[in-house]
This record gives sequence, structure tokens and C-alpha cells, in this order.
Amino acid sequence: MSINLARSRASTRAAAPQPTADRAKPYYRSYVPYMFLIPGLVLYLIWTVYPLAYQLYISFFDWRIIPGQTSTYVGFANYEAVFADRTFWLAMRNTALYAVVTVAGQMIIGLTLAFLVNRVAIGKRFFRTVYYLPVVTSWVVVSFLFVYLFSPGDAGLINFILTKLGTITKPISWLATADTAWIAIYSLGIWKGIGWAMVIFLAALQGIPPELYEAAAIDGASEWQRIRYMTLPLIQRTLFFVLIALMIGGFQVFVSVLLITGGGPLHRTEVALTYMFDEAFGQLHFGYGAALSYVLAIVIVVVSALQARLFGRGDKDVEY
Amino acid sequence: MMIATSNSNQRVLNIAIFLVLCLGVFIAVAPLLYMASTALGGVAYVQTYPPRLIPETINFENFEQAFANRNFLRAFVNSAGVAIATSLMVTVLASTMAYSFARFEFRGKKIIFGGLLLMIMIPGVVLLIPQFILAKNLGLLNSLPGIVLVYSAGPLAFNTFLLRGFFENLPRELEESAIIDGASPFTVFWRVMLPLAAPAISTVAVFSFLGAWDEYLLALNFLTTESLRTLPVAIANFRGQHASNWGLVFAGSLTAVIPTILLFVFFQRYFIQGITSGGVRG
Repeated sequence: MSINLARSRASTRAAAPQPTADRAKPYYRSYVPYMFLIPGLVLYLIWTVYPLAYQLYISFFDWRIIPGQTSTYVGFANYEAVFADRTFWLAMRNTALYAVVTVAGQMIIGLTLAFLVNRVAIGKRFFRTVYYLPVVTSWVVVSFLFVYLFSPGDAGLINFILTKLGTITKPISWLATADTAWIAIYSLGIWKGIGWAMVIFLAALQGIPPELYEAAAIDGASEWQRIRYMTLPLIQRTLFFVLIALMIGGFQVFVSVLLITGGGPLHRTEVALTYMFDEAFGQLHFGYGAALSYVLAIVIVVVSALQARLFGRGDKDVEY
Repeated sequence: MMIATSNSNQRVLNIAIFLVLCLGVFIAVAPLLYMASTALGGVAYVQTYPPRLIPETINFENFEQAFANRNFLRAFVNSAGVAIATSLMVTVLASTMAYSFARFEFRGKKIIFGGLLLMIMIPGVVLLIPQFILAKNLGLLNSLPGIVLVYSAGPLAFNTFLLRGFFENLPRELEESAIIDGASPFTVFWRVMLPLAAPAISTVAVFSFLGAWDEYLLALNFLTTESLRTLPVAIANFRGQHASNWGLVFAGSLTAVIPTILLFVFFQRYFIQGITSGGVRG
């Protein structure tokens, strides 16, 4: 080690006065970059790249997790079963709907709040901090919290507020039927994510030079025109980034559904991951679960790629 | 005269904006207050009517009961240990990897980096099954160090990417003068690069801590021995065992939530930086 160091020192000294020579003959030994790279890379290969390949392998087997039982090769049977499975399609439809509803909610409310926080005269930091609190709160905790908020009976907070506002006449058993259970699940997804979208939008808005607004105001542009023709195009790339990130997150909805409804009643609120989880760890159909995971991963990658094509054309925020 | 009306219009608008934002604050905070109020309201098996966001009397009975449960206390310690270890691992491994990509030339660099980028697209949760089987085969189920390995591997690609960008934008002069003074690559990394990158590295540390602290799915399946459970699983168990005693469930929940809220309030700078520079979700 000391010899190597001495060598590198010598070469550095010799090369130092001429930067070009320095680049041609680096001061480090050729293995040095790998010493920085390899510890992390090995861990990464073992726990993510290898599992990704291993999952493909598992998905071609009737996989037995219990010791003593042998797994048998079944070809594409698991994939065929996935595509023929009505619960799978229901779960995918539910997942897509969850993604669309919650992403729209988070984007619209997040953007509105970002505009308002950007405009407000006092307390910018305070508002930003408070809106972000739901984001840092654990999913397990907020899932139970929403079960509690949406409790049946007149003492549940949501039932209480809606009764007082006159929206409903008698308390609703929110989690007893799928349609109303979705309201609880969607509201949680939106409530928990608004702060994240808001913080990113706010940073983008604050990055727009105030001179542009002044110029637009002098030109007589109305508030709405300024937003529509100036602000939104300027933050286009940020809008697009948030959209993709939230969509990917939406397709991975899991903990809230598992803890709020468990996918019930009768699989009506099942989403892709709760179904995968139940098939693998509940029914011990690991091969089937692996095939399902692969299909879901492909769907997520394709959806994000499609969005990139659709919305990514003007893929840069306008330069100013 | 014109100016006066436009000023008063402006004032009305400002007040309206402020009021809408306050309504937003209520919606963001009311559920959390409701949780705190239930936890501090003492043991009650029925919801109080009308619902209260501020409890009538403050009472720590539920917290006493939660902490009297040895397994819950254990879960708190386990979670803290796992989250700190994960945060350290991710910080060290992602920063060394990022440094090698940012400052060295070596064979395979482009391919390895491209591979990492591709993997960022693939959501971690879909790897649950093979990771579980692999951990089982390696005898790493029911092992806290085992779960730290899995937790650390997941966010590596993204954080390497984030830190590489940060390293590349640092000026080279300091490194070059350290090299001329005879510093080894490791000394340069440790003494020059890490201190310069401290803000970005704090961001990585804070987010990987939070990720491990809140993780539920892997913990649920990897750690089935009661004494090894982490907080999210312990809270879910409270809910399973004391379904109608919400005060107890929320006392446990608050114990898990308060550290993350404090972390956020104190390290807000790093949160905002992480969210806006790389879009970290947390």
C-alpha cells in the first residue's frame, strides 16, 4: 500500500505542472476506482439485480417454499394464469384508478397551494412546514388513523363533520362497502402526498425571476393569462417530473389498502400489490406471485415510458 | 383614487389567500391532532361524542401502558438501531460509489452507471418475493443485520445518482491541491470531498433513516420473532390485539411519529434540498 502511494505521489508530482499530462497518466492506480465502487455495487447486485433475475426464474415454477417439497417447472403457466385471473384484472383496474384519482388530486391541490404559498405575505415557511407533516408520518400510522377518522357511527370525525355540514343525514359505515372504502383510501393517498408535490412546485415557482412577472404585468396580462401562458410553461418540466413520480408511487399503493380494507370485501378493493402479497405470503403461491410481480413491474415501466413520450416532448422548462 | 382601490383589492386578496391556506393547515393537521387527542385522552373503548381535537384532560395512561409492554419498547430500540445502521450504510456506500463515478475513469464505468440508472425505474416492492427467498436461503430471516442489508441495497442506485451529480459540480481545485500535497485518493475522498458534500450527504442520511424507520412490508415478513419486530409491525400488532382501544394504538403510533416530525423540523433544510434536487419521496 505504501509503495503504491509513493508511486502515485511521484507520478502526481511529475505531472502536476501540466494538466494534460496529468489526465493522460492519472495519479491513482487502476484498481483505485473499483475499491470505491465495489462494496456498494456488490450489495446492490446481491439484493436487487440478482433478485430481479431470480424472480424471473421463480415465475416459471410451481414454487414450493416449504422444505422437503420440490418445485416443478411449469413454463409460462403462471403468466397464463395471471392473465386469465379475473381478480388480477380487477386489482389492476383498481390500481390504475387509484393512481389516476390520487395523482390528479395531489397535483391540482399541490399546485394550487404552491401558488398561494408563493403569494402569501407572511408565514411562507410555516405553511410549507405544516403541509409537509403528513408526508413524513408513517404509512402504517396514517392508515390506522384514517380507519379511525372514517369510523362508522356518529362519533367518527368524518361522519360528525359531514352531519354537521348537512351533507349526510345519517352516519355512513365507510369501510363496509367498496365504493365508500375507496373514498377513505383515496383521501388518504391525496392527503399524505399533497405536501410533497407542493414543496417541489413551490421551489419551481420561486425559481422564476420576478422581473418576468413585472414585464407581464406591464404588458397588461391578467392574473390568469400570466399563469396560463407564462408560469405553467415555465414549470412544465417540473409538472411532468411530479406526474411521473406520483404515478409510479400510485401503482405501488400497498400498505394503506392492506391496513384499511385488506383488499375486501370479497377482493373488491384489491390492488396489484395486496393481491401479489396475498397470493405469495397468504396462499404460498410464490411462482404465481413472482409472475404477477413481473407483470406489475413491466406495467409501471411502460406507463412511465408512455408518459415520457406523451408529455415529454417539450422536455425542458423554457430557458430564461 | 385608482391606486387606492387596487391597494384595497390587493389587501382583500391577501387576506383571502391567507384564510384558504389556514383551511389547508386545518386539513393537514386535524387528523394528527385527533390522533394525539385520542392518545392523551385516557383509556376509552368508545369514541367520545362529539369528537375532540384537544382532549378535555391530559392523561398519559395509554403511553404508560404502551411502554409497559416489553416488546413495544424492544421494537422502538430495534427500529432505531436498524434505521441508524441503514442510514450509515447507505451514506458510506452511495458516497463512495458516487465518487468513483464522478472523479475516476475506469473500464466498465458507462455500462455500470447505465445499469444503475435503469434499475432506478424498477420499484423495489416488486422484488419482495425473491428477496424473501434469498434471505431465507442465506439464513438472514429473523436477523436485524440481515434486514439492514436489504434496506441499504434498495436506495443505493438513486442516492449514488444524486451524490454523483453533487460531486461533479464541486470545484476540482481543492482536490488537485491535496493531490499535489501527496494525499492518497482515500484521503482526498475522506478529508476533502466528504466535508464539501456534507449538505448532500446529510440529505441522503436523513431520507434513508426515514425509509428504514417506516418500512413495513419487508419487516412484516422478514422479522417474525416477536423480540425482533420493528415499530411499524409492533403498531400493527397493537391494533390487532387491542382493536377497540384506539388510545393505546395511537400512543404507540405517536411514539413512532414524533421522532420523524422532530427530524423533519430540525433538518428541514436537508429535506427540502433532497426533495427539490432529486425528487426523493419520503
